[in-house]
Amino acid sequence: MSTPLSATFRAILMRDIRLAWSQGGTGTMALSFFMIAVTLFAFGVGPEPQVLARIAAGVIWVVALLACLLSLDRLYQADYEDGSLDDLALSPLGLTGVAAAKILAHWLATVVPLILIAPLLGMFMNLAPEGYGILLLSLLVGTPALSLIGSIGAALTVSVRRGGVLMALLVLPLYIPTLIFGVGAVDAAMGMVGSSANLALLGAVTLVALAIGPFASAAALRLALE
Amino acid sequence: MHRFANPAEFNRLADRILPWAIAVMAISLVAGLYLALIGSPPDYQQGESVRIMYIHVPAAWMAMFTYMVMAGASFVAIVWRHPLAELAGKAAAPIGATFTALALITGSLWGKPMWGTYWQWDGRMTSVLVLFFLYLGYMAIWHGFDDEEKAGRAAAILALVGVANIPIIKFSVDWWNTLHQPASVFRMGGPTIADSMLWPLFIMATAFQAYFVVVFLWRMKLEINQRKLSVMNRAEVYG
Amino acid sequence: MDTPEPSFDAKALSAHGLACRRGGRMVFEGLDFSVEPGALLYLRGANGSGKSTLLRLIAGFVPAADGELMYGDDAWGTGDAALSEAVVYVGHDHGLKPALTLRENCQTYARIMTGKSLSENVLYDAAETFALDRLLDQAVRFFSSGQRHRASLMRFLLADRPVWLMDEPTVGLDADNREKLAGLMTRHLARGGLILAATHDPIGVAGATVDVSQYAARATVQEGWL
Repeated sequence: MSTPLSATFRAILMRDIRLAWSQGGTGTMALSFFMIAVTLFAFGVGPEPQVLARIAAGVIWVVALLACLLSLDRLYQADYEDGSLDDLALSPLGLTGVAAAKILAHWLATVVPLILIAPLLGMFMNLAPEGYGILLLSLLVGTPALSLIGSIGAALTVSVRRGGVLMALLVLPLYIPTLIFGVGAVDAAMGMVGSSANLALLGAVTLVALAIGPFASAAALRLALE
Repeated sequence: MHRFANPAEFNRLADRILPWAIAVMAISLVAGLYLALIGSPPDYQQGESVRIMYIHVPAAWMAMFTYMVMAGASFVAIVWRHPLAELAGKAAAPIGATFTALALITGSLWGKPMWGTYWQWDGRMTSVLVLFFLYLGYMAIWHGFDDEEKAGRAAAILALVGVANIPIIKFSVDWWNTLHQPASVFRMGGPTIADSMLWPLFIMATAFQAYFVVVFLWRMKLEINQRKLSVMNRAEVYG
Repeated sequence: MDTPEPSFDAKALSAHGLACRRGGRMVFEGLDFSVEPGALLYLRGANGSGKSTLLRLIAGFVPAADGELMYGDDAWGTGDAALSEAVVYVGHDHGLKPALTLRENCQTYARIMTGKSLSENVLYDAAETFALDRLLDQAVRFFSSGQRHRASLMRFLLADRPVWLMDEPTVGLDADNREKLAGLMTRHLARGGLILAATHDPIGVAGATVDVSQYAARATVQEGWL
């Protein structure tokens, strides 16, 4: 008996997207957090348009990163608690494939909405007109790395009580390159310098994360199953 | 290798190495400190502040070296499921974190007279700061699990993910630094360092290395004894 | 069930000198058993003797400290394709998503395990067996704990796999449902399936018994540490 693996992959993908946007899912929460936290910065640094414009890209990137981190907390924990992680482990896809499907679902269901709402927040933050396109592009290229690396942290802390803070501690240092190149791309574009170098490096970081993320996540999940 | 899988065997080996390591540490520390603080000339540009470098530079080296030890031990732990290798990572981490903190503190003490500020977002300092965060995460994950064996394997996975990311982090921080900083930041090192400064530096580096060996072996023995203790407690509970 | 169901192409599952270590302690060692296709093996033993651990070991979640598991002539363990195509495991956790309806839960489970959607007949029959047919379109968060347990047992009927691993399947079942469960097991065995069940409760299906307590490790701690 052989099973069409792509159908299994799609089943996990659809399940997680569905759950992220159903009651108690992380989709709406991450989006709300994203909007509220960005406006907090305006209150924190004052409403001067020049100041806000200067920090707009950095603030949006940092808050997107934190929103992503918050939502990753439950990536595997819900499945671990209700026992469906056992079922997933017995899927013909194998745990690496399961992790890849769940990471993709997280990115599509939770992170892509953040990217879509980012222009609105750019407006709040008085982002310069030439910044919008590159902000979206940098988020699009860079945020998959956040889901991929964050998945490792989520899998490592899945059986840890109150693992959320621990996960942040493990994952945040690893987010630094993505943040640097992501904000660097926007800054370079607004300084009328080409941002292609930053974007290429951002893409490279995402590719490295893609090479490591599903495998390290699966190894960590195997630990949680024991 | 499997000979040292046996904790008792490892303890015997450690006891043979320890006296020598302590001797090397004591001699090189005395000689190194004398040369660094008294026997070497002040720098024509930095004055007496240059002496901080004899602590700072070896500490920064050891911060990196210790992480490599941890990563190597973690690799062995994952591939061969070797319990002593996990403990080696656990034993090394606080030493590495201490070296990292020492490098950061001496770096900022040196920065005050040189840069006029305790903290500058200099590329090297920032990288060392991130390394410090990586150590904190590694040590924290050991405390997150009730089961020591699970904790050890989780920590090993984390250390390997960390070591794969260190070059990327280092590169990105340098990149960020050149974006935001004028290139005029003074950099210690380079090929023009005088012999009179090189010798104390190397002797201090030897002292730090020996210190690492001594404390590492002590901590390994401690970890082994603690593991034994918990094993004996369990034996009592389960009969 | 007018048409006879196709029989499984199952092989014998056997353990040789199996040992398992958890939390630094040897749970059991030297465990041997063999289950032929069409046979049932009861796992008995005192609390803490390692029945659940043994089931999780067979499911590939927990690594064996020593010994081997064979499925026919193939090794059987974590990550082996043979395992993730053959096993259904139902443990103490129900593996249901509260936000989804029972129908959605079942469809998702079947797609993850087989890559195919369930036919309405199979789904309805499975639900009817455990008296859940009226609840198919009800969200699982409204279910009582007994209903959740019965819903979790439905998984045996949804994945169509030869090796059933059951951990305390009768807990919380009334006489009527136990009879239904016994009927299912008999039918599964008749198709050439294998069942390993950890239970104190005689379900009324004939089978051999392994007492896991008898394999309690003599030295519970790892050598070299004392």
